[in-house]
Amino acid sequence: MKRLKLLSAIFAMVLLMPCLASLSACDSNYDVVLNVYNWGEYISDGSYDSLNVNEAFEKWYFQEYGVRVKVNYDTYDSNESLRAKLESNAVSYDVIIPSDYMIDYFIEHEMLQELNFENIPNFEKNIPEQFRNLFYDPENKYTVPYTYGMVGIVYDTNVVTDVTPKDVTWDLMWSDDYAKQILQFDNSRDAFGTAMYKLGISVNSDCPNDWRAAYDELAAQKPLLKRYVMDQVFNMMESGDAAIAAYYAGDCITMMENSSENVDLQFGYPRDKDGNICTNLFMDAMCIPTCAKNKEVAEAYINFMLSTDLVIDGEPCDIARANAEYIYYATPNSAVYENPEYQEALGKGDEECDYYEMLYPEGFDFAASYNEFAYANLDPELLAFISDLWLDLKLLD
Amino acid sequence: MKKNNFLANFYMFMVFFFLFAPIVVMILFSFNAGKSTSVFEGFSLTWYAEMISNEAILEAVRNTLLLAVTSSVISTVLGTVAAYGINKMRSPGVRATLMTITQIPMINPEIITGFSFTLLFVFTGTILHFSETFSFWTMLIAHVTFSLPYVMLQIMPKLKQMDKSLPEAAMDLGCNPVQSFFKVELPEIMPGIVTGLIMAFTLSLDDFVISYFTKGSGFTTLPILIYGEVRKSVKPDIYALATVIFVTVLVFLVLFNMLSTDEDAKAKRQQQREKARARRKHAKEAHK
Repeated sequence: MKRLKLLSAIFAMVLLMPCLASLSACDSNYDVVLNVYNWGEYISDGSYDSLNVNEAFEKWYFQEYGVRVKVNYDTYDSNESLRAKLESNAVSYDVIIPSDYMIDYFIEHEMLQELNFENIPNFEKNIPEQFRNLFYDPENKYTVPYTYGMVGIVYDTNVVTDVTPKDVTWDLMWSDDYAKQILQFDNSRDAFGTAMYKLGISVNSDCPNDWRAAYDELAAQKPLLKRYVMDQVFNMMESGDAAIAAYYAGDCITMMENSSENVDLQFGYPRDKDGNICTNLFMDAMCIPTCAKNKEVAEAYINFMLSTDLVIDGEPCDIARANAEYIYYATPNSAVYENPEYQEALGKGDEECDYYEMLYPEGFDFAASYNEFAYANLDPELLAFISDLWLDLKLLD
Repeated sequence: MKKNNFLANFYMFMVFFFLFAPIVVMILFSFNAGKSTSVFEGFSLTWYAEMISNEAILEAVRNTLLLAVTSSVISTVLGTVAAYGINKMRSPGVRATLMTITQIPMINPEIITGFSFTLLFVFTGTILHFSETFSFWTMLIAHVTFSLPYVMLQIMPKLKQMDKSLPEAAMDLGCNPVQSFFKVELPEIMPGIVTGLIMAFTLSLDDFVISYFTKGSGFTTLPILIYGEVRKSVKPDIYALATVIFVTVLVFLVLFNMLSTDEDAKAKRQQQREKARARRKHAKEAHK
């Protein structure tokens, strides 16, 4: 029995230690709580010696207004899970950062608050015309753009020798020469997207026959594929298991940085016959949902995320740039992407790895391509039809 | 015979290989110098340093432990009381029915339990006009609920095994029922309670599905944090963290097993001694 007591004592101690630690850690020295809900790994959080943006905001807000804010930062994994949380009406978030088609849905269902742009002067200052009034928010009343991304094709130059980044087309993903070395998206919208861009059909078509045509195209591609993948794409491309994959530009940079020695990855945007980039674009934008409790602090936070010239604790702080360099997605903030230091950090003009050119391809008109190629929110019936087609495709031998 | 031995060893090896290969790979890559999750670039402790400096991870660890500790303690206390009460019931029919009902959360698919919790909390929140129903407390309620049957399942057999005359003897010797419970019955079922506590703790520690459905703003547990990183590939500092957790749990388990086998061995020795004594006594009597 003595042993058992000793055992219980050890167990209790092990249990209590973190308990005490967490009690001492959660000090209640703040006046306002700001609940921020964002994608995972989508903010500069202090790792890799980066700037901790949320901590900086707390310091800056106190320095500016004398109010102690605690940023409660929380992450989700998909637009759909964000929607589920918000629609339960049982949570309260002050700032959310969904993607375009979901914003479209939120506005339609009156789940967002109109922003007071007087509290967000950096929008006027730093966001150029081409990133405003996009299809999901035509009068730009609800949203402030955060980052955008584009789908491109990443390939291993040791295997794929007949292509340069400037003449990549969607046909590469259907090429017999690289059978069993191609990776396709494992989600219906993106996979159908690749086929529709290839065929020159609108990705927001409401005609079922267009989707059927895309299905036939994907069915023809299936024997050539190594696999349908999502995040396994990192491993398979980095290690040379596969040679061709379509993925988001920012993530392709990650793959290029981490690839093993015998793999030499290159990246290009698929172009149509006239040489224009023809691929998916998405925009993630900051909004304030109707369940928000601290609208003014939330607006200050949004404004803070766009700022480039703050002084916090006597030190200059370029918040937007720190964020853009951490996330590796393109930023719509002109004070960042026009900043020569930022351009240099991304290797602008570098022959070997010009990440700047990857994120901001030269001569690319964002607004025009965006409204043509971005995914809009589709009719639920059509979505059901597409997901049936997708299931058929996956079951195909 | 020898061939048989080889096959047996091979079988053992395969079982352990499939059980531990993924963990070994993960531990290996937590020491990777590079960011890649497929190419090993050399040994380094960067990710361990990274993990310690990552405030989000540390906070998630704190939250997870806080939730696991509180929910396991509460469910152990509740479970002990419930098991004790059910065991004392006279009608076997009622006892069996109650036991079955308490096992429902265990048999129910997690996702259904999680979703019904969401519905319940949202419904209650709407009636009571809460602006924010989900919080640490909703998660705590959910965790206590799903770990309760496991705790009871550990304690019930111990109660059944216990000699019914023990508490009676205690009361004969002047204990009141409360004293008899704390002095005689509780120590007797203690092993069951400890196992139940540990089970509840581990269950709460790695629960994802139910937490996901009942979590509120600002309280993220580790499984939820890791799941949120899926969009941009999990970073190796998570591997480092998983390694630390794995090693801690391993050390703890080994320690626990060592102590409890000690306990078993002691009980066995005691038994043998008693048997021997009885035999001697028997022999003596026969001799007479």
